[in-house]
Amino acid sequence: MADTELPSSTVKPALSRQQLAGIVVLLVVACALPFVLGNYRVFQLTLALAYAIALLGLNMLTGYNGQISLGHGAFYAIGAYTAAILMDKFGFPYWATIPVAGIVCLVAGFLFGLPALRLEGLYLALATFALGVAMPQILKYKALEPWTGGVMGVVITKPDAPEGSGLNQDQWLYFFTLAWAVLLFFAAWNLLRGRVGRALMAIRDQPVAAQAMGVDNALYKSLTFGVSALYTGIAGALGAIAVQFVAPDSFNVFLSITLIVGVVVGGLASISGALYGALFIQFIPNVADQISKAAPWAIYGVFLIAFMYVMPSGVAGFIRMARIRLQRWRAPDGPRCASVSSGKEAR
Amino acid sequence: MDLLIHQVLSGLATGGIYASLALALVMIYQATHLVNFAQGEIAMFATYLAWTLIQAGVPYWGAFFITVVSAFVGGVVIERVIVQPVENSPVLALVIVFIGLLVIFNSVAGWIYTYTIKPFPSPFPEQPLFGNTYLSSHDLGSACVTLVVLLLVFGFFRFTPLGLAMRAAAQNPVSSKLVGVRVGWMLALGWGLAAAIGAVAGMMVAPIVFLEPNMMGGILLYAFAGALLGGIDNPGGAVLGGFIVGVLENVVGMYLGSEIKLTVALVVIIAVLVVRPSGLFGKVHVVRV
Amino acid sequence: MTDVLLQVRGLHAQYGNTRVLHGIDFDVAQGGITTILGANGAGKTTTLRAVCGMVRTQGEILLAGARIQGVPTENIVRQGVAHVPDGRGTFLNFTVEENLRIGAYTRKDKAQVQQDYERIFGYFPMLKARRKQQAGTLSGGEQQMLAVSRALMLKPRLLLLDEPSFGLAPLIVRELFEIFRTINRQDGISMLLVEQNASLALKLADHAYLLETGRVVRAGTAESIRNDEAVRRSYLGY
Repeated sequence: MADTELPSSTVKPALSRQQLAGIVVLLVVACALPFVLGNYRVFQLTLALAYAIALLGLNMLTGYNGQISLGHGAFYAIGAYTAAILMDKFGFPYWATIPVAGIVCLVAGFLFGLPALRLEGLYLALATFALGVAMPQILKYKALEPWTGGVMGVVITKPDAPEGSGLNQDQWLYFFTLAWAVLLFFAAWNLLRGRVGRALMAIRDQPVAAQAMGVDNALYKSLTFGVSALYTGIAGALGAIAVQFVAPDSFNVFLSITLIVGVVVGGLASISGALYGALFIQFIPNVADQISKAAPWAIYGVFLIAFMYVMPSGVAGFIRMARIRLQRWRAPDGPRCASVSSGKEAR
Repeated sequence: MDLLIHQVLSGLATGGIYASLALALVMIYQATHLVNFAQGEIAMFATYLAWTLIQAGVPYWGAFFITVVSAFVGGVVIERVIVQPVENSPVLALVIVFIGLLVIFNSVAGWIYTYTIKPFPSPFPEQPLFGNTYLSSHDLGSACVTLVVLLLVFGFFRFTPLGLAMRAAAQNPVSSKLVGVRVGWMLALGWGLAAAIGAVAGMMVAPIVFLEPNMMGGILLYAFAGALLGGIDNPGGAVLGGFIVGVLENVVGMYLGSEIKLTVALVVIIAVLVVRPSGLFGKVHVVRV
Repeated sequence: MTDVLLQVRGLHAQYGNTRVLHGIDFDVAQGGITTILGANGAGKTTTLRAVCGMVRTQGEILLAGARIQGVPTENIVRQGVAHVPDGRGTFLNFTVEENLRIGAYTRKDKAQVQQDYERIFGYFPMLKARRKQQAGTLSGGEQQMLAVSRALMLKPRLLLLDEPSFGLAPLIVRELFEIFRTINRQDGISMLLVEQNASLALKLADHAYLLETGRVVRAGTAESIRNDEAVRRSYLGY
């Protein structure tokens, strides 16, 4: 009895050499890009990074924890407006608004998550969708106008790069956003590969069993909502600073739909999926626009359907399958089951 | 008081439209456990088809009939060609496919017909019936039309063998196959019916909200809310839910103004759902542990 | 009994990558009753599913000489094969009457269908009493009767029965098997019966096969199997 030790839940699988190398390469490329691309592209990449953070947040909730949210644009909006109002009305420096936006959204998300506990599947989808639909109307609400600027919104001044860094504004904002992205991705990776991640997935797959094994479903689910909102809120703040402008109609229900599209196309329950998804939602509309000026969204819709035909588990899922097939082809007599992947694919 | 009665009656008329769309949503949900988010856009597209026919000189009811039949065929084709190949994909992937359909229909309609608002004719006379001040003839007429549609659908499912087979296929596809029901085609039929019902709803609502590619968005949301309010697995409940939402929307709009009425209506519905998660008439799923 | 209604040769069946049947052969004679016996996991249910086209198969399955292997389930059913699955497959939200109506879905002879309702109610009077009741509220035994009735409404040539005695009180089981015998003798319906309750099955059937982990290990008349020493010890308990 004493010989057999139960697997310790504090042992966390570390990244493989290959994965570590991949991440390093990615970071190096990411740091080099602003120096080789024009300002507009850098701006687009900054937005893509912000989206990636938002998608990571949404993925935590929907992919890992199985709670569908069709209204996460609302938290993006709250984060954006928090940053804008703090800068415009209270003179906060831009870098200080980010944590505040995060905390505001953490609380908002948690509070929303509490009653949402009672709702499952479709009903939760509707409730979150309603939130997404309501947000622009709330932002335009007359009583809040002194703060929100009503329909006209709030304009933000673009921050300057620090003295002596030699970077222009776009480049600086890019690195600022990149730093936050790296921090948040690392935090998420750490959180999801351990007990918390397993608890979340247990709640998603077998809630009754999870409860029976001592997981406090209600607390976890509400907290997940909160943390997910925190991430998306920070993304909103970063996005707002990059765009230099917040207005109610930029945060309508299409934003929420775009976010869920990004999560599914990128790959549910996958950290790398957030990156793929962000690139998709940031750049594919441009591609669609180039293919057809007349009906770009029709092309986008075709892309969506085609993606789901070819990769129903998203880009990350597709890559995972491809890797497994490659392994099996290379070592046909090896273990039949997929290796316990660690690190980025936390499933 | 007079105004309230007016709003309630008018709300029942629009509620009929929500009810029929809600029924379409529930039909597809029962068969596939999926909500067809593209339902509204398909209805909108069908309405544009009707408009084209009417512009070309086809008399109203002729265009109506052709449109309904075309929508039916279109629904069947969409299910067989686009949905069936991916029917075993994870739920969210299918949601994305529906979103894709939604976006395609919306965009193509905008491309072909532009986004300018167009008036859509009502087949009912201008003057209110018997000179009453409560309901326009169109309100009354569209309420009758939607009622007829709902009754026909109800009769179809209750009394015909095909309706029985469709219900069977939705309820228990495996057992249905074992009695010879072609489950795949039942699904396609369901989509066709839903599209046809949607077309009717679109043609009834277009004279009120005017024809433009985004006209069905809010309506679909209300229909969805109505279906959930009634209980997503209960066609009768969904219909009732649609009517309730119609009245609620009008009454809220009356007291709080129309900009915020969408939000408030939704909030009320969600509040109800938090109290009764499976809707007013839905089956309470007692989960045996 | 020289005519063979169902002829199966070299049947393999699998669920995904797991092979469950490894090349089995068996026959069901025209108007006869064949039973397939075996322990849990032997592949009995899979065999019935294979005949119906519900699992991936390789091999030969001939119904009155016509190939049904690889044919979609709905089409096999339309050739006169009715399957009473394990778990009964009742349409729980339908009434008893609707369950029977859907059983007759493929039939074109309306008048005959009406007569068949009466005949079924003759066999199962308790169903007649409950015809407007929701099927999900019936007891296990009643649902089993309903499942058999639904299959009979199809007017099958071949009736596949998957563990009809499962979870039923002995008295009800006896009644049920009497009805099976009647159906077979009077209406000439051939049957392929899968049962865990070996003694019961062997009393009803003409022919028997013993399945062990996807292979036929014994075949013969019901009589000979019943007297087989090894079978007696393992499956009949004496």
